[in-house]
Amino acid sequence: MSAFSAILRRDMLLAWRSRADLLISLAFFVIVGCLFPFGVGAEPNQLRAIGPGVLWVAALLSCLLSLHRLFAQDHQDGTLEQMLLSPDPTVLWILAKVLAHWLTTAVPLLLITPLMALLFDLDGGAIRVLTASLAIGTPILSLIGAVGAALTLGLRGGGALLALLILPLFVPVLIFGAGSVDAYLAGTGASAHMLLLGGGVLGALALSPIACAAALRISTE
Amino acid sequence: MSTSESRFNLYHYAAPQAFYPVAGKLAPVFAVIALVLTTVGLWISFFKAPTDAVQGEVYRIIFIHVPAAWMSMFVFLVMAFWSAIGLAMNTRLSALMAQALAPTGAMFCFVALWTGALWGRPTWGAYWVWDARLTSQLLLLFLYLGYMALVAAIDDPRRRDKAGAILCLVGAVNVPIIYFSVKWWNTLHQGASVSLTKAPSMATIMLSGMLVMAFAAWAYTIAVALYRVRVLILERERHADWVRGELARLGEAN
Repeated sequence: MSAFSAILRRDMLLAWRSRADLLISLAFFVIVGCLFPFGVGAEPNQLRAIGPGVLWVAALLSCLLSLHRLFAQDHQDGTLEQMLLSPDPTVLWILAKVLAHWLTTAVPLLLITPLMALLFDLDGGAIRVLTASLAIGTPILSLIGAVGAALTLGLRGGGALLALLILPLFVPVLIFGAGSVDAYLAGTGASAHMLLLGGGVLGALALSPIACAAALRISTE
Repeated sequence: MSTSESRFNLYHYAAPQAFYPVAGKLAPVFAVIALVLTTVGLWISFFKAPTDAVQGEVYRIIFIHVPAAWMSMFVFLVMAFWSAIGLAMNTRLSALMAQALAPTGAMFCFVALWTGALWGRPTWGAYWVWDARLTSQLLLLFLYLGYMALVAAIDDPRRRDKAGAILCLVGAVNVPIIYFSVKWWNTLHQGASVSLTKAPSMATIMLSGMLVMAFAAWAYTIAVALYRVRVLILERERHADWVRGELARLGEAN
């Protein structure tokens, strides 16, 4: 467990030391969200209808933007190979890195989501559901994204390739995440969507670190 | 021919060098089967099958559309199978098989989408609707493209094979999740045309035309994959003596 907390603390510290990078993906989220009203028009009913989906898509893209950094630096300076050689279970420190990624990229995004939701004229209940769905759904993005980041480690065109590999896999998360707000607004309640997202987190938590560990071994051998 | 080779041994053919001549013999056979089945299938589709009572002549696109859609999904499963074998047994040929199958799977995926659009226009009034099956088919195409892009981006053969295999398995786990999530999201598509659990909802002659076309798609896929895997084997083993000999022989033949 000490390896877990050590890696977690180290990655959080590294993220804090280069906090401009964190601000970039947060600013990206905000700007992408703000672009949509220019594109589709500022009619309030329409904005209310597309708001949850737009913010979810912006969250997906913002997550994608920061994913390629997950292992890249450690790969460049050789830390990654040392960690793979260490006696600590690979899956454990991968989980620590993924948790650090989630804490540093998704949590700031969660904090600013209510503010962004106001730009789309969502009411208080919808904002709560949207934020909750992002809180439950974004760990899946970090977990699945880690597999993609490990597979594309050090490849040319890595960023675009990563997008091609993992965006199709993000679709179910997007459907249930944005769908939860629609279900709440339709009066059927969002609990079914939340439960499915929760199930997705548990499934991804069980499977993706294993795939990620295998992918890292392949990418560094 | 030594006595040890006279007994059939599956592992023997896991070596690219041993599989290369076998693939060379089998590929033309399957190509001929595909040609015959396609001819028969198209003949049944266009001349024997009656006009549909509701949709008229336009329904005949089903004879291309459904076999292509089946094949595109099945090929991904076969790729996942070879990927799993390749990772578990560390055989080079398995990964090459998966890589040889991918372009054909993507092609069938594209054909299913394209014919679906042509079919959708007269029946639904739109080339594209965000229906569950169309959407999951589109996402399957993205998975194929992602697999091929990843494989193409990696220069080191060992890493290419294994990374491709992992991506293929991750994709295979996600395909049912994508399918059901999209299905819940939106459904307009007509129910499955053929089901094993209930009586077929279409005339026997239509069904037989579709099945013949499906088998033609199978034979075509096998033939093309075998041709392609031969090329991949030559590329991969280009430093081996037997490949140099083979290439010299091919050069003389031309």
